[in-house]
Amino acid sequence: MADSYSNRKTGIIILIIVIGVIFIIRLMQLQIFDEGYKIAADQNALRHVVQYPARGLIYDRNGELLVYNEAVYDIMVIPYQVRSAENFDTLMFCELLDISREDFNERMKKACRYSMQTPSVFIKQISKEAYGALQEKMYKFKGFYSQQRTLRHYPKPIAAHLLGYIGEIDNNELSDSNINSDKYYRQGDYIGKSGLEKSYETVLRGKKGQKITLVDVHNREKGRYENGRYDTVAIAGHNLYSTIDIHLQEYAEQLMTNKRGCVVAIEPSTGEILTLVSAPTYDPNLLVGRVRGNNYKTLSEDIAKPLFNRALMATYPPGSIFKIAQSMIALDEGVITPSTGFPCDKIIGCHGHPSANCVRDAIKMSCNPYFYYTYRRMIQQGVYSNQSRDSHYGLAKWRNYMLKFGFGQRLGVDLPNVSSGYIPDTTFYDKWYNGKWTFSTIYSNSIGQGEVTIIPLQMANLAAIVANRGYYYTPHLVRFYGEDSVRNPNFYKKNKTDISPEYFEIAVAGMYDVVHGAGGTAHRADIPGIDICGKTGTAENRGKDHSVFICFAPKDKPKIAVAVYVENAGAGGVWAATIASLVVEKYLKKNVGRIDVERNCLDAHPCQSLPLKPVGKKHKKQ
Amino acid sequence: MKARPNSIFHNVDWISIMLYATIVLFGWVNLYAATYTEDSAFVFNLESQHGKQLLWIGIAFFLAITILLSDAHFFSTTAYLFYAVILVLLLVVLSMSAVKGATSWIPIGPFKLQPSEFAKFGTSLALAKYLGSIDIHIRDLRTKVIAFGIILLPAALILLQHDAGSAMVFASFIIPMYRMGLSGKVLIIGFLAILLFVLSLLVNPYLLSGIIVVVAVLYLFLWLNKRTSKIIIRTILVVLLCVVCVISTEFVFEHALEPHQKTRINELLGKIDDPQGIGYNVRQSKIAVGSGGFFGKGFLKGTQTKFNFVPEQETDFIFCTVGEEWGFMGSATLVILYMVLFVRLIKMAERQYSKFASVYGYSVVGILFLHFLINIGMVLGLLPVIGVPLPFFSYGGSSLLAFTALLFVFLRQDASHNIMI
Repeated sequence: MADSYSNRKTGIIILIIVIGVIFIIRLMQLQIFDEGYKIAADQNALRHVVQYPARGLIYDRNGELLVYNEAVYDIMVIPYQVRSAENFDTLMFCELLDISREDFNERMKKACRYSMQTPSVFIKQISKEAYGALQEKMYKFKGFYSQQRTLRHYPKPIAAHLLGYIGEIDNNELSDSNINSDKYYRQGDYIGKSGLEKSYETVLRGKKGQKITLVDVHNREKGRYENGRYDTVAIAGHNLYSTIDIHLQEYAEQLMTNKRGCVVAIEPSTGEILTLVSAPTYDPNLLVGRVRGNNYKTLSEDIAKPLFNRALMATYPPGSIFKIAQSMIALDEGVITPSTGFPCDKIIGCHGHPSANCVRDAIKMSCNPYFYYTYRRMIQQGVYSNQSRDSHYGLAKWRNYMLKFGFGQRLGVDLPNVSSGYIPDTTFYDKWYNGKWTFSTIYSNSIGQGEVTIIPLQMANLAAIVANRGYYYTPHLVRFYGEDSVRNPNFYKKNKTDISPEYFEIAVAGMYDVVHGAGGTAHRADIPGIDICGKTGTAENRGKDHSVFICFAPKDKPKIAVAVYVENAGAGGVWAATIASLVVEKYLKKNVGRIDVERNCLDAHPCQSLPLKPVGKKHKKQ
Repeated sequence: MKARPNSIFHNVDWISIMLYATIVLFGWVNLYAATYTEDSAFVFNLESQHGKQLLWIGIAFFLAITILLSDAHFFSTTAYLFYAVILVLLLVVLSMSAVKGATSWIPIGPFKLQPSEFAKFGTSLALAKYLGSIDIHIRDLRTKVIAFGIILLPAALILLQHDAGSAMVFASFIIPMYRMGLSGKVLIIGFLAILLFVLSLLVNPYLLSGIIVVVAVLYLFLWLNKRTSKIIIRTILVVLLCVVCVISTEFVFEHALEPHQKTRINELLGKIDDPQGIGYNVRQSKIAVGSGGFFGKGFLKGTQTKFNFVPEQETDFIFCTVGEEWGFMGSATLVILYMVLFVRLIKMAERQYSKFASVYGYSVVGILFLHFLINIGMVLGLLPVIGVPLPFFSYGGSSLLAFTALLFVFLRQDASHNIMI
């Protein structure tokens, strides 16, 4: 058709081509230059389900299970998908989950605040049974899905302190570069908070995997993404094979019921901790799952501090058990000989006994003046004429010896939050007394009072040192872990006191006499058929004295070293010695023959009740 | 000429038919992907949409052959009859809406006939018939009034069905009319009106009015050398009109448009941002297209497509599937295919001896082009969401048959263009 408007054809063609070009440019922009849409499409259709690995199990030294896992389910929510869902039956959903409408709204609000797009936990830890009912109807609830988790379970309600507990990672931990340097943890993940769960976290946790599934607009699963090519399998955590003897642990906990204090038992030849009790304790199952929050609150408000692991964190005055270390140091330093005698002249308070004419007797009778004089010789060695300067010299030397006993330092035990105890140094006294101090200022240290504090683990370790005649292996709770039986080489290094075994034989003899000799302070620790060696202690403090006892048995080739500390329970020869001897008997004989002693101990409530009221001061030590 | 005049298959424009067939088949492949489920994977499954569409394609094939085999004069002689039937059908739908609530289709057995789809066809015929008549010149006012009447009558009936998208498509008849000699000023005024409308929604109307006045004053005193009183008066009138338009826009926007239309426009203009609400379709469609990348995710691999993230994906948003599964390669190819078809049809319309065929040809181009523009513009987030199908591509029997009839009637005309006087 040719007419005067023919040229308009070109205009129309240009219009069409311009639109086409605009579309193609727009397509380039959307499809080639903007990567964001690919991510958005993936966010729509891909659901990254984290595959949580089973946490490693923990066994006792004989292969009995201390901790295992149980499956539970977290209900996850993606708020924006719920919002866009049609016909969301909230009522039914609430019924299935057994929550109220208000609760639902509250949780939903929280999830929205966290993120509209990223999944967050809606309800934690639905039991397997409750999940069964929900599972079939899950497809009806767009925006919700479940994620399997595991909870810790404890076949026996024991060993709470040493096993520790796990909990949701908090913000501090998330941002802590020591803990989360590899960004392994995400909000909502669980992490060991205390005990072995904490110190062996990286061993126990395993490795998370992820499953990528396709979901449609109605949140229905539509199969695996790329046939699972990008899925990773969760790798289960390693099992821990601990040094704990489950039966001994249970028995010691029974003995400590109604008492405050702790029991630590070590195998001297290896440093393996057989039992670690802090009383009062709690059932570890209480700090698991949804009940954890409330229980934790109750426990943390308890005046007796059941969450506090006394065995590792309580710094106590050691009392008379410290005299063993004092005598060994003085002998090695040469300030006394095995046959040195001192009069029991009541220069400091003592109980009625004859004067000790040798170190062995002094240990047996726990003579306070004897160790006063011994300590004076140690501190004031006469190297310098100036008394203060001489004391500085002596204290520094003495402290070095003490550190070799593992006092005043963290022992390298494989548990977190271990106190070091305290062995005072010259700087400490200089600061305290403005540089003007001599032996007479610090003599209380001689009998394990004063500024000296040690933790119960160090007490048990002292018993182990004597049992080994002069050395110890770092006390530890895990022998090895994983299928490859990984061991910590640090636990196989001998820590030497560098004091002659001959001197330790004197300590052994003295400790034997404590239980068996005439005038010994702990005859009630005697176990028929077992050569047990021990040392009592009574630590002064606010309130009733603490009762302390360390021991090991048998005398030759010892198999167990024990420290028992009972708070506010009076003289050490009574409750601490009784409990320690029962623990030794249980371990060495499997069955306790002294039924009456055992019965008596189980029923006793020896500890002064809390809150403590100061009682009249006695100045007597056994 | 040397061709055998009575062999329609020799004279018909095979290039257009190939383009048509390619687009239809590619459309079906994408429809298959968009509606694919494990259960409906079977191609001839008549329960599924892709199965039904296959049936429609078969019917469209026979319709095309029937049209090609019919007499070339049949459509020009019966043009007004077609138009009348369409009007009646539109009235029937309207009256049914009054009884049963808004609807745009008439049930015929198991099928739903959508008269609005065929209205474009009937209107094209009527307009071509009218403008193709002897002694009709578009510069006459009478001609313009009648021509616009032919166009606006069905458009108004469709608008009464609340189908703004289909009604808007009738604007495409501007293209044949422009080609026949309608003043270009009409187009410019139309374009300016749209521009003013959008601007006054974006900018404060009074500020905009001020700017218009300033521009007009600058135009009058700085640019023009000769200032006759006629030009000044005309400029003042234009400015007044513009200002009135601008200031009344908000009122028109608030009161004349339906709420969903307002939000769609606001969403596009970026005045509201609600990706979960009204913006959901557009956002999901952009995600679908954008995630396709250069080569696409592959047939049946589109996650947006397969998992129904884009609503109305088999009809108005079918282009998403192309974008997602066939990537830039596929979608750009499809855009080019349409453009080639349009240009081809323009060339053919130009070679017609009959004015009827020429006007009709331009009407076909205009209708197809406007659908293409609105549909893909919407999917790509360039235009507001207006529900019109992509010709030959979207799911739906009525639209496929109507577009097929529209095209093939022109191909029938073209097949005898050189033997007609």
